[in-house]
Amino acid sequence: MFDYEMMRLIWWALLGILLIGFAVMDGFDLGVAILLPYVARTDIERRIAINTIGPVWEGNQVWLVLGGGAIFAAWPMLYAVAFSGFYLAMFLVLAALIFRPVAFTFRSKLDGPRWRAAWDLAIFVSGLVPALIFGVAFGNVIVGVPFRFDDSLRMIYEGNLLGLLNPFALVCGLISVSMLTLHGASYLALKASGPVADRAVQAARLAGPVAVVLFVLAGVWVAFGIDGYVVTSQLAHDGPSTPLAKEVTRRAGAWLDNYRAFPWTMAAPIAAIVMLAITAPLLSAKRAAAAFVCGSIGVAGVVATAGLSVFPFMLPSSLDPHASLTVWDSSSSHLTLKIMLFATAVFLPIILLYTAWVYRVLRGPVTAALIEHGGGHSAY
Amino acid sequence: MTSMDVVSLSRLQFGLTALYHFLFVPLTLGLAVLLGVMESVYVMTGREIWKEMTKFWGVLFGINFAMGVATGITMEFQFGMNWAYYSHYVGDIFGAPLAIEGLMAFFLEATFIGLFFFGWDKLSRVQHLAVTWLVALGSNLSALWILIANGWMQYPVGAKFNPDTMRMEVSDFMAVLFNPVAQAKFVHTVSAGYVTGSMFVLSVSAFYLLRGRHVEFAKRSMTVAASFGLASALSVVVLGDESGYTAGENQKMKIAAIEAMWDTEPAPASFTLFGLPDLKNRRTNYEIKIPWMLGLIATRSIDKTVPGINELVGHAEQRIRAGLIAYDALDKLRRQPSDTERARLDANAADLGYALLLKKIRPDITNAASDEITAAAWSTVPAVSPLFWSFRIMVGLGFYFIALFAVAFVLASRRELTRYRSFLWLALLSLPLPWIAAELGWVVAEVGRQPWVIEGVLPTFLAVSSISAANVWFTLIGFVVFYSTLAIVDVYLMLKTVKDGPPAGAAPEQPKLRLAVSPAE
Repeated sequence: MFDYEMMRLIWWALLGILLIGFAVMDGFDLGVAILLPYVARTDIERRIAINTIGPVWEGNQVWLVLGGGAIFAAWPMLYAVAFSGFYLAMFLVLAALIFRPVAFTFRSKLDGPRWRAAWDLAIFVSGLVPALIFGVAFGNVIVGVPFRFDDSLRMIYEGNLLGLLNPFALVCGLISVSMLTLHGASYLALKASGPVADRAVQAARLAGPVAVVLFVLAGVWVAFGIDGYVVTSQLAHDGPSTPLAKEVTRRAGAWLDNYRAFPWTMAAPIAAIVMLAITAPLLSAKRAAAAFVCGSIGVAGVVATAGLSVFPFMLPSSLDPHASLTVWDSSSSHLTLKIMLFATAVFLPIILLYTAWVYRVLRGPVTAALIEHGGGHSAY
Repeated sequence: MTSMDVVSLSRLQFGLTALYHFLFVPLTLGLAVLLGVMESVYVMTGREIWKEMTKFWGVLFGINFAMGVATGITMEFQFGMNWAYYSHYVGDIFGAPLAIEGLMAFFLEATFIGLFFFGWDKLSRVQHLAVTWLVALGSNLSALWILIANGWMQYPVGAKFNPDTMRMEVSDFMAVLFNPVAQAKFVHTVSAGYVTGSMFVLSVSAFYLLRGRHVEFAKRSMTVAASFGLASALSVVVLGDESGYTAGENQKMKIAAIEAMWDTEPAPASFTLFGLPDLKNRRTNYEIKIPWMLGLIATRSIDKTVPGINELVGHAEQRIRAGLIAYDALDKLRRQPSDTERARLDANAADLGYALLLKKIRPDITNAASDEITAAAWSTVPAVSPLFWSFRIMVGLGFYFIALFAVAFVLASRRELTRYRSFLWLALLSLPLPWIAAELGWVVAEVGRQPWVIEGVLPTFLAVSSISAANVWFTLIGFVVFYSTLAIVDVYLMLKTVKDGPPAGAAPEQPKLRLAVSPAE
């Protein structure tokens, strides 16, 4: 089938696809959660907003679980370094992700206003925190993370939670929050109704421009203010996965090299800017479906931009650049990549088919009448 | 190097979060299938009461399922967060079943669970029934892949050490898939889940019958639970996963420790019903033995011996010495490529993990003295007393479940479920027992695997991340606080849902609790 080099390239692309799947599918859940206090003021409105994602959040969350599993299986070193390195940040994400499903389910079970207000707050926080942290994590991938290996390839991380919160990474965190807020607003405009949908459109008018401006700012920062990483020694593309056999230096502007060498990669940042910019105007023009599609492409463009900028790096080390993880020296074995590709090729299309079917069954807006008079549509 | 604090704290955190997660898993497994059975009856007979049953037990299923999803993500992330060296060392094999679990199973159940609740009016009867069964299929497949992963930790087949990447790599994926330990574990665990789901339905129904509420509803529910529970309880015991314990050296050590059996007995070995293990003098006092029984349980034969602890420690000592040759060859190979060293490594690579046991005693393990090697060999004996007692309580409960469900089955088939209040009380009070049995089952499996995280390959104390004890303390306390809060809320909502009961025979007072399947105001 495919040789080791090609297989690594495919798995790099598949990791991107899974992360994009997570950002697009779970992203609007997070966005709706962030928007909840603003778009929905009364209990009925809150329930409209929550019920738009009520039947689908569980499936959407699996994109993250699958992303984690795929990193573990295909890029075990990346999994080991990133998850233990970002230890406390990962814990905060986990805490948020534990509270969110529980908040959905438990909120509706009792009537008391304080009970519901408490869970509403939990939903808001559990949307905001992961959105912010995932952005911050991407920002740190771009600036590099302080880790090294000892000679048994045990990873040693010499940073802390505060170190992750550098200015550039915070900008990336805000890109993520504003982008997913915009994406959640498109979804609400599509699925909710009445004042909830109207306020979502208003929120998009702010979130869209903010996301675009911050994304451009981050691009300028990467071009002029951040050193990229470059492999300066031989690095076989089909060699064993050991990240200690190469030499790497840091150089200003190196993260733009790929765009110079392969101009077609410019499609990612251009798509991100254009699509995120037109999402809010489309919403204002009552074209919610088109806005949702454009927003999704924009989200995909942002994730792809990060991946393409640092390629072939996956996680550069600021402490010991030679130890940086790249596509060519931190993957699983050839056989594991083959097995996983086979499983993905069989199951991912099936997943997409039945997910599409579920959304088709659930099509149509969530309205106050449906919530009030039921019809089996609303669970929360 | 790693500090022992981090090892103990990481183990404590993993153990607590895993046992907590497994409070929800068995109920999901069992209740999903029961929902499928109940809804099948509804679709076949068209009688509304079976739909009400599916909906009501579905509400309880939903509360439980959300907790299972939430606490399950912790498990997947924790390998990377707290067990980074483990993730690097065996991720090439261990990661694949986890990822395939997501692809094949978790997506299935999580996508269709939404339609289960929201789809009653949007789907035809048959379509909705299919959705319910797909949720059940997804949760069972999920268990299959997780137990393939866990089975590999117990008995790591189909993999070998690669000195270039300093990790284990898959050599035969089919062997990983069809690992006998994994297969035994899957059947045993899933059956235990069915018992848990059946007991849940049986006990809650008994509560209604004791109160004289929802009588028709409860009798039907109980009949389903009794028959399904009886079949499952038989399956748990007959297909118990100790049948996998003959597969590998450490599995043999596990059963010897469970038995507190210090010396090898002539076949077929007897089963120690009761005894007091004396670790210091390496013997077991006041034993009451049942002849032949252990030989039958462990080897499914009367002519194979079950080796005792002393004999197995002797094997371990030999393997440590062979492992030291591999370690030495690896060390030389890492400094300078050499075909002779590679051949020496390959010849002894299967024992490399045994040499790593010495790292707990001294860093420069090639200089280990003879008494240090003996000490390391004795460290392969897991904690005998907890295993001995956990196993006996679990097995005792297993036989109790068979008896209880058998009585329920007889009463149900004679239509006498409401005749004996004492039986209903017994069924109600038995509610927590399947959870106790399931948790003890994991204690036996995982404490019994120590000192290994991957049997014979990687000692647990080497597998942790290079993180500070302070960080692990922080997350450990965080998890305990979160999880305790959630447990209180979860139990409260479960009890409230049960108290309010199904809407069909609702109590005269207005139920304060809305059911997820009913349109809420």
